[in-house]
Amino acid sequence: MDILAIFISAIFVNNIVLAQYLGNCPYLGCSKEKGVALGMGGAVIFVIIVATLCTWLIQKHVLEPLALGYLQTIVFIVVIAALVQFVEMFLKKAMPPLYLALGIFLPLITTNCAVMGVTILVQREGYGLFESVVWGLAYGLGFTLALLLMAGIRERLDTCRLPKAMAGTPLALIMAGLMSLAFMGFKGMGH
Amino acid sequence: MVFVSIMTLFALGLTASIILAVASRVFFVREDPRVAAVLEALPGANCGGCGFAGCEGYASAVVNDPDIPANKCCAGGAGTSVAVGELTGKTVAEAEPLYALRRCDKLAGQVGPRYEYQGMPSCAAASLMRGGTDSCAFSCLGYGDCVQSCPFDAMQVVDGVVRVDVGKCTGCGTCVSVCPRGVLELTPLRARVAVYCNTREKLRAVTDVCKVGCVKCMKCVKNCPAKAVSLEDNRIVIDQMLCLSYGTECHEACVASCARKIFRYTRQVTQLEAFDPENAENFTLPQPPQATAQDASRP
Repeated sequence: MDILAIFISAIFVNNIVLAQYLGNCPYLGCSKEKGVALGMGGAVIFVIIVATLCTWLIQKHVLEPLALGYLQTIVFIVVIAALVQFVEMFLKKAMPPLYLALGIFLPLITTNCAVMGVTILVQREGYGLFESVVWGLAYGLGFTLALLLMAGIRERLDTCRLPKAMAGTPLALIMAGLMSLAFMGFKGMGH
Repeated sequence: MVFVSIMTLFALGLTASIILAVASRVFFVREDPRVAAVLEALPGANCGGCGFAGCEGYASAVVNDPDIPANKCCAGGAGTSVAVGELTGKTVAEAEPLYALRRCDKLAGQVGPRYEYQGMPSCAAASLMRGGTDSCAFSCLGYGDCVQSCPFDAMQVVDGVVRVDVGKCTGCGTCVSVCPRGVLELTPLRARVAVYCNTREKLRAVTDVCKVGCVKCMKCVKNCPAKAVSLEDNRIVIDQMLCLSYGTECHEACVASCARKIFRYTRQVTQLEAFDPENAENFTLPQPPQATAQDASRP
């Protein structure tokens, strides 16, 4: 598939957060500041790419030859969990400010539907290794875009007077819904 | 078949563990062991009374920030402050021990209900409509939101109002922020006097609903030689530190001047005065005013 078409599809038409409704937790939790959003997006991109790589290889060379396709979910979760632990240790050593900023959300990437969803999606569509990784990168970029857009809006909301009952999570959820509606405009484009 | 799947998962798990074990050595981060030591010394209640997010937050803040005092933990008391001070090398100034005082005597005031309430048995809910379920819009409602929030089990609802066990109360302030009426106030344990009324109304509006409520006659404000009593936000407020530092020379002119007898000695003082060491076996704590028939019909 054309690389440009992959990117347009993954970032806009089938955005992993706004169109496929995966990965809501870090989306709502890490989108208060642009810096943190960018950091989270970067971490998710890295985890998705490496996870897609590892899981694709394991699926192709371990699970399919041994006819253990039914173990896909468990095996993928184990691999992703180990990967995220690795990323956490690396961040704590190499980039402590980012580690502190992400806080609880780093281990939450472990059970993040976005990462798990992408690894299973590329298996379902039957892509080759390189294509899968490109799809992973593109989905990660789409996730980062959604986070950045939300962060931009929320930073401006900081200076507004809001009804007390609406401030924080309720408003964030409503905004997420409105953004999803906007992204629905891309539906049917390209294929 | 099953054997193959078990072995596969086992091998996968083992590989992942080995990689992670190696990585934890390569990426080893030296953490300040003092943070762990301070965390050991703290009571671990995570009550937030220090103003930080849990004991972990306070431990790392007090170790890393030289401006944070070592006696912020009110839950641990003096012992914890000394231990934290020793671990962080900070001198500990004596923190004033506080407790939560209920500024309401609606039982003696015989405050009746405003309407019959059939709803959630919660103060937050009961206070929402038309000034709450009592005729006085500032009273203690007695549904016990504070009781549930207290991390030290120091409160219970007795006769429709909350009663604070001064022995267990650590002054963390959780109940103060939970109370929707602002009836609870953190007061020093040493305090000699207190106003047991929370109302912001004056004169007739108070006497219509409560027999002992504070009417804002301002006699206490005028009679205090230390100028420790003032009217703030339509309530009588006592600057306890000023009062205590002035001493007992005034012979508590404020209490004597109060016509409604709502400006009183605190329970600590009355209990101490009533205690006779010769007659210790027969000593009983003063009882709160008895409930009236109106309160008996409360759901």
